[in-house]
Amino acid sequence: MKAKVHVFLKPGVLDVQGKAVEGALNGLSTVQGWANVSHVRVGKVLEFDVAATTADEAKAQVKDMCDKLLANTVIESYTVEVA
Amino acid sequence: MSFKAAVLVFPGSNCDRDCKVAVERSTGGHVDMVWHQDTALPSGLDLIVVPGGFSYGDYLRCGAMASLSPVMAEVVKAAERGVNVIGICNGFQILCESGLLPGALMRNNTLKYICKPIELKVENHNTAFTQGYTSGQSVWMTQGNADGNFVADADTLNAIEGNGQVVFRYVENPNGSANDIAGLMNTRGNVLGMMPHPDRAFEAELGSDDGATLFKSLLNSALTAA
Repeated sequence: MKAKVHVFLKPGVLDVQGKAVEGALNGLSTVQGWANVSHVRVGKVLEFDVAATTADEAKAQVKDMCDKLLANTVIESYTVEVA
Repeated sequence: MSFKAAVLVFPGSNCDRDCKVAVERSTGGHVDMVWHQDTALPSGLDLIVVPGGFSYGDYLRCGAMASLSPVMAEVVKAAERGVNVIGICNGFQILCESGLLPGALMRNNTLKYICKPIELKVENHNTAFTQGYTSGQSVWMTQGNADGNFVADADTLNAIEGNGQVVFRYVENPNGSANDIAGLMNTRGNVLGMMPHPDRAFEAELGSDDGATLFKSLLNSALTAA
């Protein structure tokens, strides 16, 4: 089964990378920017195969992986898709 | 009694040998290097050092993968037995990721790698790590990281402050760390994490010998306990 995990900083946690990207999108000194862009958040996507008999079993395992390694739940939240 | 310490070595550690020399010269003790795949620590340790560097290339999150190394399970057990543990820089990140310390270290709010001598205030000198300092003493150590911005939620921060867990504060906050926190310990007081490097400030030739006081404090704690 294919698993797809999205990891993002929790709302309210300052995303300095997102801020930097937002600044660049809004317009670097020599480049015409997109002034209409705001609230940029930078996250991660992880894709991998999981050998499991059911999607529910795979999803439970991937959530466990997220809690133990793939996300730091002090600062990050995640979503899991299994197909 | 001879002071006995272990320095962990992960793939990508780069301050491990600095830590060994710093502890040896500051305490006159014996230091073993322990590989991250090891499943046992030397017996009779007075101190475990989780050194700085870029364990596992800082992939995923700084310290995340190192925190799951076999040796870290032993470090957690040793900490529960009361062995003193210090994590410096990447070591601090690893201790937070392992759950031995609260909070997390994020990207500096300047988005820059900060590498410079930095002034700290000793916030709590009633610890095994800092008994050789005076309360509020100004000390200089070297900072060298891109992810030293300490964050924790409001409740956790209140608890940290209320318990006197903040050990070092930045005099001028370089990276956005909550409450200017540069170093903090667990509630029991035997696990300390700090971003600045005492291992880069243990002899005057390095620009400061303020870091040696930390290792000497640990020696004195061990002597008192023996």
